[in-house]
Amino acid sequence: MALDNDLIVKKEWDLIIRSQRAWWDLRLGDLWRYRDLVRLLVWRDFVSVHKQTVLGPIWYLIGPVVSTVVFTVIFNRVAKLSTDGMPPFLFYMAGNTIWAYFSACLGGSSNTFIGNAGIFGKVYFPRLIMPISVVFSNLISFGIRFGVFLLFLFYFMLTGSDVHPNLWILILPVLLLIMAGLGLGIGIIISSLTTKYRDLQQLVGFGVQLLMYATPVLYPVSTAPENWRWIFLVNPITPVVEMFRMAFMGGNALSPTYLFYSAGFAATVLAIGVLIFNRVENTFMDTV
Amino acid sequence: MSDIVISVENLCKSYHLGAINSGTFRDDFQQWWARLRGLPNPHLKVGESDHDNRDGEVLLALKDINFTVQQGETLGIIGRNGAGKSTLLKILSRVTAPTSGEVKVKGRIASLLEVGTGFHPELTGRENVYMNGAILGMSRGEIQRKFDEIVDFSGVEKFIDTPVKRYSSGMHVRLAFAVAAHLEPEILIVDEVLAVGDAEFQKKCLGKMDDVSKLGRTVLFVSHNMQALRQLCRRGILLENGNAVLDASAEKAVQRYLQNAPSVDSAFDLDNIIRHLPIDPTFRMERIAVTQQDKPIGNRVLNGLPLEIAFTYTVLEPTVGLRVFFDLCDLDGALLLRSFHDEQNDGIVRTEPGCYTSKAIIPANMLAPISYDIIFQAGIYNVRMCIPEGVRLRIAVEATGDKNRAYVSDRSHGKLAPIFSWTTVAQQSQNF
Repeated sequence: MALDNDLIVKKEWDLIIRSQRAWWDLRLGDLWRYRDLVRLLVWRDFVSVHKQTVLGPIWYLIGPVVSTVVFTVIFNRVAKLSTDGMPPFLFYMAGNTIWAYFSACLGGSSNTFIGNAGIFGKVYFPRLIMPISVVFSNLISFGIRFGVFLLFLFYFMLTGSDVHPNLWILILPVLLLIMAGLGLGIGIIISSLTTKYRDLQQLVGFGVQLLMYATPVLYPVSTAPENWRWIFLVNPITPVVEMFRMAFMGGNALSPTYLFYSAGFAATVLAIGVLIFNRVENTFMDTV
Repeated sequence: MSDIVISVENLCKSYHLGAINSGTFRDDFQQWWARLRGLPNPHLKVGESDHDNRDGEVLLALKDINFTVQQGETLGIIGRNGAGKSTLLKILSRVTAPTSGEVKVKGRIASLLEVGTGFHPELTGRENVYMNGAILGMSRGEIQRKFDEIVDFSGVEKFIDTPVKRYSSGMHVRLAFAVAAHLEPEILIVDEVLAVGDAEFQKKCLGKMDDVSKLGRTVLFVSHNMQALRQLCRRGILLENGNAVLDASAEKAVQRYLQNAPSVDSAFDLDNIIRHLPIDPTFRMERIAVTQQDKPIGNRVLNGLPLEIAFTYTVLEPTVGLRVFFDLCDLDGALLLRSFHDEQNDGIVRTEPGCYTSKAIIPANMLAPISYDIIFQAGIYNVRMCIPEGVRLRIAVEATGDKNRAYVSDRSHGKLAPIFSWTTVAQQSQNF
């Protein structure tokens, strides 16, 4: 005990609470200390959603299949958009699978401050834990959607469709990392701003919708008119979606070098996001 | 001193009252744009200056607070609603940042501003223990090690695998406190969590906190329960309007707090206090009438007459275990007695919505000729107090003169002076 005391005496302050921390003081070490919380939050999200539902996780399957069918009917049969010669059903499913991960990350993390105001007002833990757990939670639902996609992919391959999965498949983790970075980065910027400006919350819903149409999810970028192409190339999500399709279904998409742009963009947005988030988390309880 | 674990220096916190900004991005943007061009703020009312606008809306919740806490100390923080207690705790537990000044801390802080933060209704008790523990900063291994102990302490073993949405509110609170009680931080901050739960559980909680402090850990405790505060804390800080007005022994701080209690001396002022009580979702106090012989008491109460207390209140939703009651305290804050409106019932009563009047009569020849505080309260058993601090009425009792006045110095032998039926009979003695 005496020894213990001595140790405590010699220690400097563990924590200094001030009005503003330096902007570089991100306390990322705290995040690591709370890793168990991330794990539990992810698990809670997964478990609690399906309690008292009849079909349980099967809903993960129904969602993507139904929306893919709808896309196929509307965009392929009715609007007759090109799919670059790939089977339309698979084409939409691929685009939708990877897009859904981004939009879920963005949607979930953009609600961080408002949605968790109750908890945040009562107990301290690094606020970034919440959006980070959203990213991991969505990784699970992505996994399930992805599994469904693979099943259909095999089916189409067996029935002799024109799909050619190739070694670019190995880049999938990178694609997911970029999508997570983008979704999380934009999401926490929005959530930081919504503590003051509630208007932004309205914007997220249809903003994501609009962004989907500005991203080649439902059509290949090759169908874009030449003088509009830049819009797609500025959009950092375009290369990710195109690469995902190219990896699993073949065809030639954008040059993979565009991914560097996406990755750089994601890293920048994420860095800015974390800085702003850090700034806001200090005092947002007073404004929410 | 070397074993100081918390050092609070020049701590200030101000809140902007009213709107933080104009509320929409467009207006803010216009203001910013105008400022950039050196034009006046386009959203000010005519005649208002920018400066006024900013200063007028600031509330100073904490004004330059300074204190240090040593290792192993148990410190009670006392103050009325709005005195700054919650703000201070929020800063110490890092929920919000101070406006200026700083707090230096040695060791891990765990704060319990609320029990059951993060409980998810769909998850079972077991799952929530893990969840809640992690939110409070425990690692998985730590929770696993203490799991049995936690469940044991909570007393809900049988329902541990039932979703907590099926728990009664009492069970909910017990489980939540059990988790929190098994945190092993160097510094424990506890806010008013004892206001919930039944007496036995409260005792258990206090005992647990006492254990924690005996282990050499530091405890900061906020409560309106002066009895508990005195029991648990050795030192007390009294906050008034954001200032630390007294830093002394808990005993002294409690006394000072009670002396300055905004008690009303005459029953006429009760209405005014009742009108300003915090709003409760289920319960609304309408009126408290304190009368003698059907007349409102004035400055004096005679102990030779019964004292009638009538609570008139509205219940807004069906509630189980709603009770109105009053405490009779002496001016040192010691509780002399507590009486509930339903104490003669056999079971817990369900109260339907409606307006009720509950009347109690303190019989004649019960009170001593001293001053008392009567604290009128209402609560839902095992759930919460409906009037956090109660409504306090100070009465000065005068002797009617039924006692044997021949002994002048007999006047104040006790806090209560009921008349017992004494009989004295001369005995035939064998020894004489």
